[in-house]
Amino acid sequence: MKYILKRLSFYIVAFVAAITLNFFLPRFMPGDPVQMFIGDLYQSGGKIDEATIRAVEEMFGYNTDEPLIVTYFKYVGGIFTGDWGLSFKYYPQTVTDAISRGLGWTLFLMGTSLVLGFIINSLLGILVAWRRGGKMDTGVTVTSQILANIPAVVTALILSLSLGHTGLLPTGYAVTPLYFPATQWDYIKDVIYHAILPVSCILITGLGGVMGMRANMINQLGEDYITMGIAKGVPQHKIMIGYSARNALLPVVTSLAMQVGFLLGGSLIIEQVFNYPGLGTVMVNAINGRDYPLMQGILLMSTTLMLTANFLADIAILFLDPRIRRQK
Amino acid sequence: MKKIINFLKGSPKTTVGLIMLIVTLVMTMGAPLFTNYDPIERFEGKYQEAPSEEHILGTTQLGRDVFSQTLHGGRKSISVGFFAGTIAVTLSLILGISAGYFGGVYDSIVSSIINVVMVIPNIVLLLIIASLLGGISPFLICIIIGFTSWPWNARVLRAQTMSIRSREFIYSAETLGESKLRILLVEIMPNMLSIISSSFVSTIIYAIMAHATLEFIGFGDPLSVTWGTMLYNAQTSGAMISGAWWEIAGPIGGLLLIGISLTLINFSIDEISNPKLRVQRFMRIYYKRQKKQLKENGRRS
Repeated sequence: MKYILKRLSFYIVAFVAAITLNFFLPRFMPGDPVQMFIGDLYQSGGKIDEATIRAVEEMFGYNTDEPLIVTYFKYVGGIFTGDWGLSFKYYPQTVTDAISRGLGWTLFLMGTSLVLGFIINSLLGILVAWRRGGKMDTGVTVTSQILANIPAVVTALILSLSLGHTGLLPTGYAVTPLYFPATQWDYIKDVIYHAILPVSCILITGLGGVMGMRANMINQLGEDYITMGIAKGVPQHKIMIGYSARNALLPVVTSLAMQVGFLLGGSLIIEQVFNYPGLGTVMVNAINGRDYPLMQGILLMSTTLMLTANFLADIAILFLDPRIRRQK
Repeated sequence: MKKIINFLKGSPKTTVGLIMLIVTLVMTMGAPLFTNYDPIERFEGKYQEAPSEEHILGTTQLGRDVFSQTLHGGRKSISVGFFAGTIAVTLSLILGISAGYFGGVYDSIVSSIINVVMVIPNIVLLLIIASLLGGISPFLICIIIGFTSWPWNARVLRAQTMSIRSREFIYSAETLGESKLRILLVEIMPNMLSIISSSFVSTIIYAIMAHATLEFIGFGDPLSVTWGTMLYNAQTSGAMISGAWWEIAGPIGGLLLIGISLTLINFSIDEISNPKLRVQRFMRIYYKRQKKQLKENGRRS
């Protein structure tokens, strides 16, 4: 319990820090969003007078009469009560509405690739560590590291051109547009069909996880209890899976949660390439439309996702590792 | 000299990586030597033409030579990545080592900053800062990437400093009355050179890729030619839909080359600094012998 409280307090501090950053970033940047917005408005032939500036300032939550600290606390209060402000581009929708439209698809992509990636990376890591130094080991470690270093844009563009453009797999959208499936099952099939390319892109960018699993596994294989097991004549596959892999998986769960942020960044870009209607597309639209409240909302939302993933990992570790439970 | 050649012979990763890196650097930095075309020169009537003898990688939607753009664009992409990487590594060195050495309140402040920055997804933060600044020059991109990508390295360096800190030679330096700065720079830092250099290389990779990603989203200077803006232009002009693969082949090839070569070099840095990894080669020989023996045994029986 103490462990959970300790972790939880860190997450709350981190969340408040993210909110603070979110609040002060636009205010201390050289470019003033209000001025930029009014500049855009002026260019597109809008009428600019005192009242317009006032209204725009109000919309942004900039109130020059109020001390900054009061605005800050109002902002924090708004975040916790679900009032994240109004979106410009999707006016009169609120930021939370705009985000929630894309969030589902992004969560679907992330969740699928996280689970698949965990399985693939762990299995590869176990195998490679078991036969370390072999040809397969060198091949897999080098390839996975290279693939993890290649940016998501490049992977996505290559896959989209090679597999997508030849008509093998769809190059865009989450479901076929204007397609009304007869049954639920058809719909699910269509969604999976469209998700293959984006998910495999995220999987490729996340392949670096093999290295972590491999290192843990090698550490475990050097432990005394493994030697003991071999001496006792425990079958090899049992030592590999039941003895060492089980222990090596623990740190991977934690690093998996840290990876969520990295994967999220990647998936936002991948969505852009594949025209997937997720958070990434919402974000790019927000950026192109200079929709600052929405952009800040997305930063906040992705931080929240990251923190939630970390917290879930902490709880999972609690169940998986009896040593931490005994600490209390 | 002989030593170097022997080392290169024994480690194909290093050799391949170095050759690829040198080829990329020579081709991009000496771009005018390899192409006669100006990257922003427009060829009338040659819009989005497939590769031919005249234009090795074809032309873009606007009739510009892709090959020339790739070479000239690489210059900016690589140098932006290099400078951004330098900024990030310097920051992480200063903060990581000092936090690990001094400990106490200072350490807890620095490490909580590290932890908080690490939970905020990096690319999203980059994009938002970039959009708040409006139009972006390569110099600003360097600074933004440099200032957002240091925490990972800082954390590693801090942990390493903490483990070095409690060794005897640090205590003896302290009792000798050496200044703090000297202890940090002369006693601790040289012991972490391998970590520092490999984190420098991986930060450069990250910075080059982040730069390309930022520009792909549309934050580049539209007038300057870099790998990122080339991808952006290809995407917006519909090269992907019309199947003009040559438009993205150049920048993607460049990014792949630089990514692969730097990754391979990073492997060899690890190999030099960590003798345990060199064991791999002996293990492979051992496996081969074992297999041979098994075969022979099989034949005998």
